[in-house]
Amino acid sequence: MTPNSSSRRAILKAGLTGATFIAAAPALILPSRAQGLAPTPSMRGGSNNYMPGAPVVSRIGGGGFWMTGTVRRAGDGAPLPGVRIQIWAHTTEGREDDKHSHGATLTAADGTFRLEMPQIIPIFGQPHGHLAYEGAGFKTVFLRPLMASARDKSLSAHFVLEPA
Amino acid sequence: MPPLRAGLIWAALALAIVVPVALATTSPFIAWRPAIYTAAGFAGIAAMALLLLQPLLAAGLLPGFPARPGRKVHRWLGLVLVGLILAHVGGLFLTSAPDVIDALLFASPTPFSPWGVVAMWAIFATALLAMLRERLRLGPVFWRLGHTALALVIVVGSVVHALLVEGTMEPWSKAALCLFALLATLKAVLDLRAWVLLRRRIRPGRA
Repeated sequence: MTPNSSSRRAILKAGLTGATFIAAAPALILPSRAQGLAPTPSMRGGSNNYMPGAPVVSRIGGGGFWMTGTVRRAGDGAPLPGVRIQIWAHTTEGREDDKHSHGATLTAADGTFRLEMPQIIPIFGQPHGHLAYEGAGFKTVFLRPLMASARDKSLSAHFVLEPA
Repeated sequence: MPPLRAGLIWAALALAIVVPVALATTSPFIAWRPAIYTAAGFAGIAAMALLLLQPLLAAGLLPGFPARPGRKVHRWLGLVLVGLILAHVGGLFLTSAPDVIDALLFASPTPFSPWGVVAMWAIFATALLAMLRERLRLGPVFWRLGHTALALVIVVGSVVHALLVEGTMEPWSKAALCLFALLATLKAVLDLRAWVLLRRRIRPGRA
């Protein structure tokens, strides 16, 4: 699966970014990186309303919506277990900048994560969620995946982390 | 104009404005939004409705408002439009400042933001020109061509902005309101023929 394959727009964007990247490849990519998995860049607006240090929770609020994804290491693509991913969004239970809209979860042994949270609803013109990786060992990444439809009951986002 | 035709025009105009506003008030999203954000959204919807009225008033196309009194109302509604845009952007800023700062700096991930920001500056520029045009002794060529060009930027920018936003407006009534605003603007621009002044100035005596 490609990163952020959850929405058509994201796929188009990933395709465009990919095309740009391929066009610029000879000059930009280091030989050692060329054969490996490239790190996920932070998305525009991904860090908006971020509150560092959200606690690990079993569920954000009443739940009913699933945020899922994977975390892998750049280069060899090895799944990363025990990585803390922070999640927040505008939901039926609160705004992005409400503390109770934020929570974190840890990746399983296979590098996947899933956290139940309240239904995301569109804010600022697009239904979207926010995810962050911030910690020792890897460079910080902020994601802002879009939902294909405001009625979706889940959203996924994928991290490829670059060792710091 | 026969009263029946005038009545029909006003009825059609009222429908074009009331239906999208009424449908927006039934949006399920409103229940989960802070009041200030909802108010900011409705300021945007009201501004969109004004973009349908403004060209009709400017060109004297509304029954009961021929060109001269129509222009007077047009000028006042222009000020109201500036106020609505300030309320729209200000309300959004109070809801989520980082998202609005991104939009104003053209660094937003949302594709509709730059269209709205450009339309906003075009509205402010028009209001400024309208207020300063006597003091600066702007000639009719500069003023009319400038206002026409800015009006096109305002309406096209706002229409694209509104159509790309996924918000409280019901999509079909929003598209209809946008289409009517575009058509009214084109009709007014073609009727007022601002470019004729330019031809006259370049080739005196021929136009």
